[in-house]
Amino acid sequence: MWNYEKRLQFPVNIKEPNAKLAQVIISQYGGPDGEMGASMRYLSQRYSMPYREVAGVLTDIGTEELAHLEMVATIVHQLTRNLSMEEIEKSGFDKYYVDHTIGVWPQAAGGVPFNACEFQVKGDIITDLTEDMAAEQKARSTYDNILRLIKDPDVCEPIKFLRAREIVHFQRFGEALRITQDKLNEKNFYAFNPGFDMCKDCDKK
Amino acid sequence: MNGKEQLLKDINIVSFTLVDLALYLDTHPTDHMAMEYYNHYNRIRHQMMKEFSMKYYPLTLDYAESNQVWRWGQAPLPWEGACE
Repeated sequence: MWNYEKRLQFPVNIKEPNAKLAQVIISQYGGPDGEMGASMRYLSQRYSMPYREVAGVLTDIGTEELAHLEMVATIVHQLTRNLSMEEIEKSGFDKYYVDHTIGVWPQAAGGVPFNACEFQVKGDIITDLTEDMAAEQKARSTYDNILRLIKDPDVCEPIKFLRAREIVHFQRFGEALRITQDKLNEKNFYAFNPGFDMCKDCDKK
Repeated sequence: MNGKEQLLKDINIVSFTLVDLALYLDTHPTDHMAMEYYNHYNRIRHQMMKEFSMKYYPLTLDYAESNQVWRWGQAPLPWEGACE
């Protein structure tokens, strides 16, 4: 069960619209390394995690990613407010505008719609946690690329915050993987899949 | 049903009442009777969440204050079901 808090995790107050930048930043909403994929990846991977503390990390990070999704949407929203028709045409935003006006829809910068194939739930704790670590680095690289395109400090500050959180999440997933390996056969982590081969016996209850 | 299961069941009932009341109040923001219901059950929910956290485990991070060991991470997961 979830509850909503009517606040952003980090404030976003953009004064100058910039449709060109919005088209790039929207990739972190619904793109291949975006926050939607991140949240759905972690929240979906939880059910096949055999260890409570690791499932807990996925719950808490997956929840924080939803807050990041809202921050990215807010940035896109504020960058596309009060645009003139001339700005819409000149910035190349017309192709997005024709389908979505200035609503926020999950797509990559190149226009590719959000797709669950951008993440995996393998049902194997080592595989999934390794993907999660890579995912955090891919998102960090995307924010690095975005930061090279930004001059407006109003946009820069929340993006820098989001970038920093990717690094913290990478660290926590690395610790979750180490906790996992400590529980497995240290000579062969792959001897069995603890999420499948060791399913607890329901009959004992 | 043991005390833990009973309390969790009561929390579920009160919480659903609040979720449903909130939806109603979103579109009927001046219905005083509905607001009284909301305020009443919201206080009860807060008390029960606190009691559940003290006796068993925290249901949200708001109730996860810990001393020796961080209690949030070891709490049972809602999808464990009977296989706990």
